[in-house]
Amino acid sequence: MLAALALALVVLPLAGMLQRTPWSSLFRDLSSHDAVTAIRLSVETSLGALGFSILCGVPLAWLLARREFPGRSLIRALVTLPMVLPPVVGGIALLYAFGRRGFAGTVLYDLTGWRLVFNTTGAIVAEAFVAMPFLILTAEAAFRSMDRRPEEAAATLGAGPAYRFRRVTLPAVAPALAAGGALTWARALGEFGATITFAGNFPGTTQTTPLLVYLDIESGHENTALAVSFLLLAVSLAVLVLLRDRWLGNS
Amino acid sequence: MSRPSSRRFLSVLATLAVVASACSSSSSSKSSGTTPSNDTTTPTTSSPLTGSLDVFAAASLTAAFNSAKTTLTSANAGLSITYNFAGSNTLVAQIQQGAPADVFASADTANMSKLVAAGLVKNPVVFARNKLEIAVAPGNPKRITGLPDLAKPGVSVVLEAVGVPAGDYTRQVLAKLHIAVTPRSLETDVKSALSKVTTGEADATVVYVTDVAAAGSAVDGVSVPDSDQPAITYPIAVVKSTKNRSAAEAFVNSAVSGDVQRSLEAAGFLPPQ
Repeated sequence: MLAALALALVVLPLAGMLQRTPWSSLFRDLSSHDAVTAIRLSVETSLGALGFSILCGVPLAWLLARREFPGRSLIRALVTLPMVLPPVVGGIALLYAFGRRGFAGTVLYDLTGWRLVFNTTGAIVAEAFVAMPFLILTAEAAFRSMDRRPEEAAATLGAGPAYRFRRVTLPAVAPALAAGGALTWARALGEFGATITFAGNFPGTTQTTPLLVYLDIESGHENTALAVSFLLLAVSLAVLVLLRDRWLGNS
Repeated sequence: MSRPSSRRFLSVLATLAVVASACSSSSSSKSSGTTPSNDTTTPTTSSPLTGSLDVFAAASLTAAFNSAKTTLTSANAGLSITYNFAGSNTLVAQIQQGAPADVFASADTANMSKLVAAGLVKNPVVFARNKLEIAVAPGNPKRITGLPDLAKPGVSVVLEAVGVPAGDYTRQVLAKLHIAVTPRSLETDVKSALSKVTTGEADATVVYVTDVAAAGSAVDGVSVPDSDQPAITYPIAVVKSTKNRSAAEAFVNSAVSGDVQRSLEAAGFLPPQ
C-alpha cells in the first residue's frame, strides 16, 4: 500500500500533465520556431555534455576504481556532489568560477576573449556539471566489479596497458557505460537550474527546452509548454525503458 | 492488492488530502474570525489589523514593500505579512493555478487585466508609477550614455523576457526609437537581469529607476529621457478568494495613500497621478 502511494506520487503528476496536453495542436506547437530552436539546441548541448562526460568522466571513474591515492574518497564524494546539490546552487558556483569575473573565467577571458556565460558552451558546461556524476558512478562501479582475470591474463601474454584497456576492459564495461551514458544524456536533456543561472536564457544560444517550458508557462503560452514537456517526458521515458533494459538486461 | 487493503489505501489518501487542505488553509482560517468589519476606508493606523496576509508583488516592489512591512506590522501587532516577489507574469500564472494570494500588485496593467478577465480580482487601482533606467557597472566602464549605446558592438546587454513587464516596456521604447538591441540573455525578472550586471556578466540592462536606486553602489544608472519613457503604471487589487478581506483592503488602501505609499515614494516610485 505504501508502495502504491510512492508510485502514485510519480504517476499522478504525469497523468495530470498528459490530461492537459493539447493533443490536437501538438505537432503545430512542437513545430513553432521557438520550440524547434530549443529542441535543436537541447539535442546539441545534451550530446555535448554526454561527450565531455565520456571523454573526461570515464578516465576519472577508472582512476577512482583502480588506483589508490591520497584523498580518493574525498574526490569520490566531490564528483557525486552535483547529484544532490540544488542545480541553481551549482549554477551560482559555476558563475563564480567560470563567470567573467570568476577566478577561472577571468583567466579564460583574458587569454582568449572568450567566455562561457551567455554561450552555448556554457550551457554544455552546466549540463555536464549536473549530469556527469551519473556516468562516473556507473562507470566506477563497473570498473570495480568486473572480472579482473582476463586483464591479468592479457598482461601475462604481453599486452600493454593501453591495448589491454581498449581490448579487454572497455568491452567488459561497455554495457554499463551505455546505461550510464543513457542516464547522463537524459539528465543533461532535462537540466534547468544550473543552465538558466549560469548560461542565461537566449533562444538559439542557451535557451534549451526546459528553459522554454518555464518561460512559456510563465508568459501564458501553456500549449507550447505542455507540448514540449510531453516531448521531454516521452524521450526521457524511452531512454530509461528501452536503453537500460537492452544494455543492462535484468541485472 | 486485496479489496479491504485497497479501501484502506483510499482512506489514507483521503486522510492525506484532508490534512493537506487543513494545512494550507490554517494560516487564513485563524485570521478570518478575528478581523474587524469590512470598513474599507479605515486607515491602517487607527484600526489594528490581525491575521496573515499573502501579498504577491512584482519583483521591482521588493525594497519598498519590505520597508512598508516593517511599518505596518509594528503598527498592527497581530498582523503578519508574507510576500511572494517574482515577475508579474509568474505571479499571474501562480494565482491562476490557485496559489493562496490575498493581494496582487503588478508592474503593468496587462498582467493585472489577465486576472480581471479570469474573474480572480476586481477593481484594480493604480498605486504607483515608475520610469525605465539603464543599469551599468559602477563607473560605467563602457561609457554608455543612452539607449542607442546598447546596440553598439562589444556591449553585452541582457533584457527581461517577453511577457515580463520591464522587458515589454523596454522593447516598446527600443522599437519606438528604432534601436535594434541583441540581448545576450532574456531574464525572468528585473532582479535577475540586474544581477547579471552586478556580477559583471553583462555590461548593461534596462530596469526601473527604483531598481537602480535599490541596488545602491552595485550599479550605476544612466537616465532615459522623459520623452522616451513609456507609461509604467502599477495596479494593485484584492484577490477575490482572500480569507482576510479587511486586512487585504487595508493594504491596498495603504498602497494608494498610506504607509505603503510613503515607502514607495521613499524608494523612488512616482505617486499614482
